[in-house]
Amino acid sequence: MNCDLDREKLGAYADESLSPEELAGVENHLRACPSCAAEALSLVQMKRATRAAAASLALQPEFRMSQEFRLKLQQKMQRERRPLWKRSWIPALTAAVAALLLIVGSATMFLRHGAQSQSLAEALDLHIATLASANPVDVVSTDRHTVEPWFQGKLPFAFNLPELQDSPFKLIGGKLVYLQHSPGAQLLFELRKHEISVFIFQEQPGIVPFNTAVTATSKKGFSVESWNQAGLHYVVISDTSPGDVRALGELLRSAAR
Amino acid sequence: MPLFARLYNFACWLTHDRAAAEDLVQETFMKALKGFSSFRQGTNFRAWIYRILRNAFLTSQAGLHAPVSLDAEDDAPLEPSTAETPETLLLARLESESIQAALHELPVNFREIVLLCDLEEMSYQEISLAIGIPMGTVMSRLSRARKAMRTMLAAKLQGAPR
Repeated sequence: MNCDLDREKLGAYADESLSPEELAGVENHLRACPSCAAEALSLVQMKRATRAAAASLALQPEFRMSQEFRLKLQQKMQRERRPLWKRSWIPALTAAVAALLLIVGSATMFLRHGAQSQSLAEALDLHIATLASANPVDVVSTDRHTVEPWFQGKLPFAFNLPELQDSPFKLIGGKLVYLQHSPGAQLLFELRKHEISVFIFQEQPGIVPFNTAVTATSKKGFSVESWNQAGLHYVVISDTSPGDVRALGELLRSAAR
Repeated sequence: MPLFARLYNFACWLTHDRAAAEDLVQETFMKALKGFSSFRQGTNFRAWIYRILRNAFLTSQAGLHAPVSLDAEDDAPLEPSTAETPETLLLARLESESIQAALHELPVNFREIVLLCDLEEMSYQEISLAIGIPMGTVMSRLSRARKAMRTMLAAKLQGAPR
């Protein structure tokens, strides 16, 4: 039994890539054609199984970068860095190049200081990846009463964000992120065109070993401040001044009290 | 997973070899830095950097020797779907290892498109940018790649003791 619906359309159906009109057409057809319905189910199953199989392999050591390689790459990139910096003058492009370099640079820079720094490096990676992304946040709102509830049911904890009307900071939005296999919130703020990431994770000793006291570091242009409060880890990362990062940290700490 | 780690993971899938994957990622970042002026702001950064990675792979020793599917006449008309496949139930029995093995065995042009779509969850448009083929070709090549993969999996199932 043959029918005129081609496999490409069914593939696009499994990939959720059909336009609304096409989708309606395919769904109509699937209701009437058992062989295409079985085929579509099979495609969806295989897509899921492929994703699961490939993702599980990605966790295996042979599919993960070694620290030696990260370091080597960082050294090589540093040698290339200066002339490039001079060449790319368009500010937006320059910022993206810096982000690219720092993905490598920051990661290796922190790894030397053990597990705590590794968590910070991961957070920094997340921040840089956000800057490079076309869709930096999943919930877009300047209103904390929109952003906070968005995380309900997505995270095993809740948090309070400060009111920002009287401050120079502006909330852009947030998204769900993973740090060392733990789910957390990434909030994006803006200050004079600088973007600031705030990461909030559940305190899990041994998994995300940040310091308990407020710790401020500043390396290669990024200011980082981290602390523990009420069972949660906070990390603030930005390329603004350490003073600005501290100011936002203070607002967050008073909101969480 | 950050983009950087994902790129490395993808490089492993392309090369099947740790040292070659490291070379590839290194080359990709060098080329990305040198060619940054060719990146248009507002366009897709992820697709752009994956494109650099795969072009670097295709011109590498490993890439030049990688088997490419001969069933890659993307513009040839596709056969209509048929009712030949009671594989639906069989697929439920497939184990992760069989799928990983099938992915490894797929010709590289099929393997990359399946991974970009299913693992990286790229849209057809992103894949089209990353591979440098039209959207229509993305759809037909994906369809062929999945068919090839299913044939392999069905063969594995038939060969396996029940």
